[in-house]
Amino acid sequence: MKTVEKIIVLLFGCFLIYCTFDFPDWSDPGTPASTHVSPYYIEKTLTDTAVPNMVTAILADYRGFDTLFETIVIFTAVIACFLLLRQYKIDEPVARMYRHIPTGTTFRIKSGGKYPRESADFERIDLQYVPYGVVVKTTCRKIIPFVQLFALYVIAHGHHSPGGGFQGGVILGASVIVFAISHNLRSATHRLGDKIAAVLCTLGVFIYTATGVLCMLLGDNFLDYSALAPIFGTDPVMARSHGILVVEIGVGLAVMAAMISLYYNVSSAGKLDEGL
Amino acid sequence: MPEPMMIITAKLNYWIYIVLMMVGLYAMIAKNNLVKKIIGMNILQTAIILFFISTGAKHGATIPILEHTHGPGPQVVQAVRYANPLPHVLMLTAIVVAVATFGVALALIIRLHREYHTLEEDEILNQLEEE
Amino acid sequence: MIWTLEIIVLTMVVITAVAAISVKDLLGAAVLFGAYSFMMCLLWAIMGAVDVAFTEASVGAGISTVLFVSAVFRTSRRSKD
Repeated sequence: MKTVEKIIVLLFGCFLIYCTFDFPDWSDPGTPASTHVSPYYIEKTLTDTAVPNMVTAILADYRGFDTLFETIVIFTAVIACFLLLRQYKIDEPVARMYRHIPTGTTFRIKSGGKYPRESADFERIDLQYVPYGVVVKTTCRKIIPFVQLFALYVIAHGHHSPGGGFQGGVILGASVIVFAISHNLRSATHRLGDKIAAVLCTLGVFIYTATGVLCMLLGDNFLDYSALAPIFGTDPVMARSHGILVVEIGVGLAVMAAMISLYYNVSSAGKLDEGL
Repeated sequence: MPEPMMIITAKLNYWIYIVLMMVGLYAMIAKNNLVKKIIGMNILQTAIILFFISTGAKHGATIPILEHTHGPGPQVVQAVRYANPLPHVLMLTAIVVAVATFGVALALIIRLHREYHTLEEDEILNQLEEE
Repeated sequence: MIWTLEIIVLTMVVITAVAAISVKDLLGAAVLFGAYSFMMCLLWAIMGAVDVAFTEASVGAGISTVLFVSAVFRTSRRSKD
């Protein structure tokens, strides 16, 4: 009964518990982690960058390289998922399902038959049984604009409150995913295709890198936003704040497109015709 | 407070994080189903992230957002009053990367299911031996 | 009393983690894993890491549960252990 695995896990746990006796006490303010570099960040963030939220300032300014390469990791994951799953040569399914909306009846038309045109009367539905969810559809249609507005607020207000590019991008992506779940995958890819998603993901990484290169061209270090002061027309401290906003927009675009692309590929197993 | 009680209150949180890590590791090495292995990987990952975040917690400290001021005014900020923001930053990016790797793992699983029509590790190994 | 709340949430985290790896139905495992992520988000909010809690609430409890359910939908739902 898996004795070897249990012994390994128990040894691992005992070793780690033995190590905890050398740790500092839990939530002790004088630990080495809190006494070396972090007091500098806490005390100097406002005077250096004019950003009250320290997490945003460290994420995009002090440790901008870290975030840049994390964004590139997400981009690589999207490419890997795409290359693993995407199928372009799809054999035609054995049948298609259509629903006549005024009467609510569904048709199953075999391959080779004459398909009706998509119109206000006929809609194509997935082969698995799809209930006629008018309440779900209407609710999602009404709620999606507000979700997107909230996502833009989260990106733009990340300087003063919890939030930023990662969270706002994920919420923007979630709004498109909600649309794809409540209607179907075809109507979502009709509005925002997987090619556009890939281009947006690349554009997000490009905005981030281009900001860094622009700082270099203006004669400062890579990702040192105080060099952008002549462009924004402000003093160097406010320029760092504005530079953080530009970078967060790039991160938001990249993360949004990554989430949408991952969902499209995973939910349809790479065929992009019938989703969840 | 007696000595053992003090040790327990100071270390209890770490011990629960280690229990979580053990749960994740057990699922990774002992479970037969590939989806269960991925859940185990995620549990181990979040347990380690939880440990990192807990190094930034301080007694009586508030969240790492300064009070709203207009522009860089003269304001005295004491480092002891705010939680350590550095682990938060490092782990925030780690969470988003975790979901990206999770997507790649699910893509691998779908691809394996397309080839072998099963998610059990031993059945896949049997099919490989028969070939 | 913030520490009692923390102990309760920690217990819930361990319970949902053990349940997520021991149920036989993979769809149930996906839902339990979403609950685990949300409990984790509460724990980080208690520790004062609001940005991390926000990210986990949107990523862990939102997107990864959706990805998980769609992957289970595309493969198989049963599991032997």
